[in-house]
Amino acid sequence: MAFTTMVGAKIKRREDPRLITGRATYVDDVHLVGGLHAAFVRSPYAHAKIVSVDFKEAKAKPGVFAAYSAADLKAAGFEGSMPTAAELPGLQKPMHPPLALNEARFVGEAVAIVIANDPYAARDAAEAVVVTYEELPVVIDMEKAAEGGPFVHSEIGTNVAYEMPMKLGEVDEAFANADLVVKQRIVNQRVVPCPMEVRTMLANWEPGPAQLTLWASTQIPHLLRTNVAMMLGLNETKVRVIAPEVGGGFGAKLQFYAEEFLVCWAAMQLGRPVKYIETRSECFQNMTHGRDQVQYVELAAKKDGTVLGLRMKIFSNLGAYNYMLTPAIATFTPMMAPGCYKIPALESHLIGVFTNTVATDAYRGAGRPEATFLIERMMDLLAAELQMDPVDVRRKNFIAESEFPYPIVTGLTYDSGNYEASLAKVLEVSDYAGLRAKQAELRKEGRYLGIGLSTYVEVCGMGPSAAMPAPGWDSATIRVEPTGSVTVMTGVSPHGQGQETTFAQIVADDLGVPIDSINIIHGDTDKVQYGVGTFGSRGTAVGGAALKLAIRTIQEKAIKIAAHQWEANPDDLEYKDGKITVKGDPSKSLTTAEAGFIAFRGINLPAGLEPGLDATRRFEPPNFVYPFGAHICVVEVDARTGEVKIVKYVAVDDCGPIINPLIVEGQIHGGLAQGIAQALFEEAVYDESGQLTSGSFMDYAIPHAEQLLSFETDHTATPTDVNPLGIKGVGEAGTIGSTPAVVNAVMDALAPFGVKHIDMPLRPEKLWAAMQPKKNGQVHA
Amino acid sequence: MPQIEIDVNGAHHSVPVEPRLLLVHLLRDKLELTGTHVGCDTSSCGACTVLLNGESVKSCTMFAVQADGSAVITIEGIGASDALHPMQEAFWKMHGLQCGYCTPGMIVSAVDLLRRNPDPSDDEIRAGIEGNLCRCTGYENIIRAVRSAAAALRNDESRHSVAELLPVGGSN
Repeated sequence: MAFTTMVGAKIKRREDPRLITGRATYVDDVHLVGGLHAAFVRSPYAHAKIVSVDFKEAKAKPGVFAAYSAADLKAAGFEGSMPTAAELPGLQKPMHPPLALNEARFVGEAVAIVIANDPYAARDAAEAVVVTYEELPVVIDMEKAAEGGPFVHSEIGTNVAYEMPMKLGEVDEAFANADLVVKQRIVNQRVVPCPMEVRTMLANWEPGPAQLTLWASTQIPHLLRTNVAMMLGLNETKVRVIAPEVGGGFGAKLQFYAEEFLVCWAAMQLGRPVKYIETRSECFQNMTHGRDQVQYVELAAKKDGTVLGLRMKIFSNLGAYNYMLTPAIATFTPMMAPGCYKIPALESHLIGVFTNTVATDAYRGAGRPEATFLIERMMDLLAAELQMDPVDVRRKNFIAESEFPYPIVTGLTYDSGNYEASLAKVLEVSDYAGLRAKQAELRKEGRYLGIGLSTYVEVCGMGPSAAMPAPGWDSATIRVEPTGSVTVMTGVSPHGQGQETTFAQIVADDLGVPIDSINIIHGDTDKVQYGVGTFGSRGTAVGGAALKLAIRTIQEKAIKIAAHQWEANPDDLEYKDGKITVKGDPSKSLTTAEAGFIAFRGINLPAGLEPGLDATRRFEPPNFVYPFGAHICVVEVDARTGEVKIVKYVAVDDCGPIINPLIVEGQIHGGLAQGIAQALFEEAVYDESGQLTSGSFMDYAIPHAEQLLSFETDHTATPTDVNPLGIKGVGEAGTIGSTPAVVNAVMDALAPFGVKHIDMPLRPEKLWAAMQPKKNGQVHA
Repeated sequence: MPQIEIDVNGAHHSVPVEPRLLLVHLLRDKLELTGTHVGCDTSSCGACTVLLNGESVKSCTMFAVQADGSAVITIEGIGASDALHPMQEAFWKMHGLQCGYCTPGMIVSAVDLLRRNPDPSDDEIRAGIEGNLCRCTGYENIIRAVRSAAAALRNDESRHSVAELLPVGGSN
């Protein structure tokens, strides 16, 4: 058995002392001498021609240094477009200028940037800019937009950005042979990521060394640096990106925002640092949103519950422009639609549509919550149709433990799984049988308890480079310092996920170094070798795997050094309990620190071995990883008010072996909160004219503590062979698993009213209306 | 420009301020106490919570001039890493934070909650921090942390209340 003291233990996070004492440094906490502040003039219209931009009054305001519109960028020689990394066959890539050029295409789009010596002065000046607009026709509804004009981008003559058809297996036969076909239109509503820190950025141009530094609240410092350098036409080595403390991202900071380019460009124009800290209202309008699909789904099945085939037509609302991954997100939905089930045939038609709204892009789960919600709702609808228990219909179709690795019909191969084990556990922990009995009892009293199940599998650990719009590998450097302390540089960019702790746990065990002697460095492109970043639940599954490879390289070299000291054969030595010893003879040992000092001193090294004990390794994942789990949500719906109260939530998740239970549980908790919130509370609403009516925390309902309950969590641990740690990602699992569990629970509660499906969020007024007595055969839903 | 007199974490400041300057910007930008964060512009999120004369307030909702003659405690004054307040200890131990952005305001609110109610139930804790938003934790471990801190504070005779944190003579 491996020597282990740290891995698997509930270690308190090493990043916390600075965070709980207010001594951490977020972007807005960085103050540079001579720093200026930017404010933006933003379009109040969802679609409008920009007739003129008049800076006269604004420039006369005190403290104002500069103001620029798209025309000024052009005059200075810049005519580029913000990039998209997504590549899809036939994808329309309309120009996306950093400042609206000729036309603004969503409310909040930046039209001009104003720079002053103080943030208040900058805001005053922005309000004094006079922009003349001519309103243009607006399109908000994605299904209408797909049919024809008005067009978001008139130059391409369509709102359809791409279509992705697929037909796999014998679909027509499956539907022809089915005993029944269950059909449902499902809206997976638009939601807003809402990290507690908004988009923040500070650019500093040093004319002497000709060096640009950008502090940005980002999940991808290296990719951001590459993109900034390309957009500005700078040598990449002249650009440094620092992601200091980052106050949450949830996918929305996996992005290169126009504002990030503009503060860099302005800093270079002015030779002064330029900072931009958006307001929350601006964040609502401009940070990318998530989800936003309309799905038409048909499920073909036999009377015994066996699923034969799945048909889908899916509209994905892209918003006004292709941001970094905008068109790619929804492609995960049909790919993962089979879920945990053996579905032999599938037909899908995915249509990406431009509308006059801010772009959608990655948001915790990114395309997979939409898949899981789709299939988990359909399984419940099938169960209801067949009057089967939702548990049984799932068991009937589960991929069995013995069948992994399992290639699903869409071409993905699930690495490992034991869906029955997590289901059995959640049924046991929640006392499913007891819950059903209680439900029957309460119904007699006119109380409506609902029990919802979700058995999910998701794809993460992004990912094999060939399957990704960006590189899929990540990197780690380990440096054993002369005193024996160990510096680790990781290419991933944690912002709450706790890798300063979990990575140190791994190193402490494997190299036998006290955890306090280990420093994990991340988020600075001048300190850290190129890395891809933190998203898609990849931080540990990919970045941690690279760390494990680097540890192995360090161990191999340290063993060679030890063998030389002892005139032994390296093959006879091993790392045991964190030290190098002779196999079977623990009496003689050398620590990593001792080997490191020998390597540093450069004396007594084997012939041909370079001094120094350090290593940089990259891990290229051969496959994605597929965590899974089973969740049960119990709700009570008040028939008088339609109000939903979650009375119990049990989550059993499987992300493989766990490095730090405290951190894994925390990731699950946060994921559950966001998934539950989509089911019950959150919805980004644009009115017909394209105004975001849910544009602040007063109007957009991210949950307060009082709206949630205490979660019960448990796990199973099924390792993967995709990476050397055997682990799977856990950042998005809670979100993916929870939304359908909640909605299934509410629909179960409403079954006595003949209600089959209500679109999210399940607000009281919708439920109340659905529960009113049927009139003229119509359900008021 | 009006001049205000303000005690912050026990240090006296005499500062000229624009009448429209928000208290949070005085603390962050003029006094360089950047532990207090801004998370919204509608007084909804509580990231900017500080103690004003011993009671929690959202410092984005007050003008600095309104705090003239007051004593303010920010997260920096609650405790430093070599002398953590039991609430900070509890947030650390219970993993009550992830990205950490809401944490200073959350801790300050929780400290004030225990001042008002030293032994709150879970529901009372949830109600007590309803003015503070967290997007990372689902609140689960925050509730555990506040419960744990409450127990620690009740068992610690020397630190009954946050009033002891206030600078001598600073409260009015």
